[in-house]
Amino acid sequence: MPQKQFGATAVNVDDEGFLTDLSQWTRDIAAAVARDEGIAELTPAHWKVIEFMQKEFRESGQAPSIRRLNKSGVVTTKDLYALFPGGPAKKAAKIAGLKKPEGCV
Amino acid sequence: MEDKIKKVSIVVSKGGLDGVYPGLIMANGARMEGIEANLFFTFFGLDAITRKRMAKIKIATVGNPGMHMPSILGILPGFSALATSMMKKTMDKIDIPPVPEFIEMVSDAGCKLYACKATVDMFGLKKEDFAPQVDSIINVGKFYEISAGGEIIFT
Repeated sequence: MPQKQFGATAVNVDDEGFLTDLSQWTRDIAAAVARDEGIAELTPAHWKVIEFMQKEFRESGQAPSIRRLNKSGVVTTKDLYALFPGGPAKKAAKIAGLKKPEGCV
Repeated sequence: MEDKIKKVSIVVSKGGLDGVYPGLIMANGARMEGIEANLFFTFFGLDAITRKRMAKIKIATVGNPGMHMPSILGILPGFSALATSMMKKTMDKIDIPPVPEFIEMVSDAGCKLYACKATVDMFGLKKEDFAPQVDSIINVGKFYEISAGGEIIFT
């Protein structure tokens, strides 16, 4: 299994750089992945999305869909696209240390 | 690696749930990948953005070989409504929204929505007859202009 180095720690990732084990995730790793994805700084609005996604993932084993994020009142679809430009569901999941979302919507 | 697709313009020309959903899913999916997306609704596809009709789009049970059943059953009163309701429940479970919510979602995702001028004239419709997310009523020439530099998908 490929690994990716963040500072002194190495974490298990898939071929596209998604963490395969959420327990290895840290806030520093999130910030580093975000920078790789073109997000210079994670704001409280980003963290709110990330934390909700992790909570849902722990409960269901799946990252929540954009629709679920919108309906749960965590973030509107418009804001989600603005926070994570160029592929919100995938980018947010990657930063949150979740596996790549599989759904079509 | 091949060049990534940067832009898609999707034509929705058919009515009914099976006519409307593929285009909506493809447009939304494009935005989820950071691809610029346009939706152009024409002919009965226009139902998907027409205020009075968008919430009432059904699955055709007559003359639809994809239904895996004899067409004669499809003419039973209420059959289309039943099939539609069953399908909607299943779709909701996998987070595919009903048409009006889907139109809102795909628009919020940054996809632009257009109505076909020829169809609008043919059906005697006006801008007010459409969902607020519809950007404008455009002719085919304008559609090609908007689609320049991208892929065109006809559904």
